[in-house]
Parts: sequence; structure tokens; C-alpha cells
Amino acid sequence: MSIQWADEAVVLAVQRHGESGAIASLLTRAHGRHPGLVHGGGGKSGRGLLQPGNRVQAWWHARLAEQLGAYRIELVTAHAAAVMDDPARLAALAAACAIGEATLPEREPHPAAFVALAAFLDALASEAWPSVYVHWEMALLRDLGYGLDLSSCAATGRADDLAYVSPRTGRAVSREAGRPWHERLLALPRFLTEGGEGEAAEIRDGLSLTAFFLDRHVLAPQHRDMPAARARLAERFRS
Amino acid sequence: MVGREIERLIQLLSRLPGLGSRSARRAALHLVEKRDTLLLPLAEALAAAAEKVRTCSVCGNFDSVDPCTICGDPRRESTLLCVVEDVAALWALERSGCFRGRYHVLGGLLSALDGIGPDDLGLPRLAARIGEGAIAEVILATPATVEGQTTAHVVAEHLTPLGVKVSALAHGVPVGGALDYLDDGTISAAVKARRAL
Repeated sequence: MSIQWADEAVVLAVQRHGESGAIASLLTRAHGRHPGLVHGGGGKSGRGLLQPGNRVQAWWHARLAEQLGAYRIELVTAHAAAVMDDPARLAALAAACAIGEATLPEREPHPAAFVALAAFLDALASEAWPSVYVHWEMALLRDLGYGLDLSSCAATGRADDLAYVSPRTGRAVSREAGRPWHERLLALPRFLTEGGEGEAAEIRDGLSLTAFFLDRHVLAPQHRDMPAARARLAERFRS
Repeated sequence: MVGREIERLIQLLSRLPGLGSRSARRAALHLVEKRDTLLLPLAEALAAAAEKVRTCSVCGNFDSVDPCTICGDPRRESTLLCVVEDVAALWALERSGCFRGRYHVLGGLLSALDGIGPDDLGLPRLAARIGEGAIAEVILATPATVEGQTTAHVVAEHLTPLGVKVSALAHGVPVGGALDYLDDGTISAAVKARRAL
């Protein structure tokens, strides 16, 4: 008797195991971030398939639920190969996978995170990918239970002209109410409240905003640093 | 069943790539049976390699001389520098015989899992080589993986201010490869990198 399931997934990280095997960490739609052994995953054919960011169909089986288990994987969309020649998009893909790998708990369903990551990977083909990346991290925070409340100003209750986020509460603050404390508040890019695409400076603000809360609520309590790939992405928008 | 020395030999052989415990046992038995023609020459070769082989201080290759034979060869193209992940990649390029320039071994790729950052790739050493002025083109021959290409882009960005031409290996259909058997990523890379005939 064995346990098995099939699911849609995105490859988050891969580690070589032995000479031709690999341990793949996948973000699945219904089973969350789930590792498994892929026989031949470190070999010639498996390496192309098991690239971070690739959308796959995965079949997992093990004798007991708590075991590592083994995956059989088929490629659905080769997102990694599509962005390899584009340094910015490749950095974003690597950052998205690294942040998912670092923040999502293992074997805990997070379907909203899966949907957000899949949407971001699809958006890599468009020019709107930087804004969608920030939305992916916002969705990740929300799905992990640390969502930001950007519906109205924490001080005045107004829903317009929101320009800051309180680092203490994660609630939006209007420009007027936040003016006296603007140095201590986090900038809220307009595209997060009004939709549309953000300019480079707004993307930078968005990345700083999500990084602050991911670090405070998820990474720091686990004594983990921000993944280097995510830091490199933020660096691209700083310059 | 076997003596301590043979058991140790089997143990060590089984750590080699391509050998498991059963094949290591077979190899050990073969060595012991061919004592004069194989075991002793192999022991001598291993001892000599352990004593003499070192890392080239210029490119990072392994050789018994420093600088290595490639770096010390005046017939090689000194204006071309190929950047590779490791010595295995360098040997693969040498085996092909298609490249007659010089090399630079990074010693790894940017990897979050392995904790390798830009500072671990020896980029200042690479920049110093280029700064000497003889190199006109740097060919980035890192693997066609997310880690490999991320590393290539980081290296390229590091080298751009030095005014040197930076190129990368093409990705696409391998020689003898039928499209039917290729993965979607390779096919899309090949279509993107198509060339006029």
C-alpha cells in the first residue's frame, strides 16, 4: 500500500542527490511546498526539466506520508529557458523561486501562493512583470497570514491618497496623515492600491515594502537572511 | 571475508563517481589480481598526482606545473578568455579542440542552496587578468541553467565597465538532436538563437 497524488507544480529549488538523482522542492497547487526525490533528475534529460521556475505536472508517491517520496515529473511550461537571455527577468524568476523556497512551510497547502507564483511566471512574457512580481510577494504575505491592509488610512479612515504603510501595523496611511512621520513610514507605491503598472521607482518601493514584512514576520523569526537572489533583484531596481 | 586493506580500498573506490559498492568491490578485486600491471602503477600514479598536481594560480586549472600547461603555452590565443564553471567544463572544451584561447575557472556558480555569492567567484582575480590589457574578448561558457545563466549575467555586468567584449555560448539543438526528442525549453532557445543561412 502506498500514498500517491498528482498535482500541478512549479519547481522552486533542486539539489543534486548522488550521481544522477535530484531532490526537487516543488510548490504544488494542493499540497504546498513539497520535496521529493527525482530519479535521473540530475542527469542529462532531468536537468533541463528541473530548472527553477518551470511549470510541471508532478506525480508523487511514497510508502508513508512522512517519507521524502519520489516524483515523476513532466514539463508543462519551460519558463526558465524563456528568460535565460534576459538578466532582469532571469533575476526575477530566481528571486521568486528563492523567496517561495525560503518562506513557505513544507507540506502545508498554500493554493493562493501557487496561483500568484504561476501568474507571475506567465507575466514574465509581458512588460508588466515587475508589478506582478510585487503582487506575488504581497499574495505570499497574505497567504502566510501577514497580509497588509491597504484598504483605508489607519489614522483617518480615508480610502484615497494612500501613500505610506505603517511598519508597525502593516496598515496603509494617507499622505496627509503620514506627513509628520513620513521618515518612519514605508512608501506605498500607487499601483498596489490603484492597479496598473508601476514605474521603476514604484517597483523599488514595492520590493522594499514586501521585503520589510517578509523579513520581519517570516525570515527573521527563523534566523534566516533574505535570499541572495531576492537581494540581487532589489539591487537591479536601486540602480 | 577480506582483509582490512582490501576493505579500505573498496571503501575508497566506492566514493568515486560512477562506482557503487558492488562495482568498487569488482574494481578492487581486479586491481589485486593485476598487482604488477595495474595495482602498483596505479598506486605510483596516485602518489605522483597527490604530490605534484596543484591548482594553477592564473586560471584555476589543475596541472603539475604552475602556471598550467595552457597558461604557459605561447601558441595559444592570448586575446580570448573563456570563463567556465569548473575544471570539468575546461576539460570538455579542451577535448573538443574548438577553442585555442585561455581559460578562467570560476570554481562554482551563484547558488542560494550552496551559499555561493558573487564574492566567492573570484571576480576580482578575473577583472585583474582583464585589466592587464591583453584580453579582447571574454566568452562566458557557463551551463544553460538558471544558476549558470544568472552567474553569466553577473560576471558580464562585472566586466562591462572594463570595456572588454563579452559573449556567451549559444543554446539550441545539439548535433545529432532530433526536434521530436528535445524539451520545449531547448527548442524555444534554438528558435530565439536562429541564424541566417
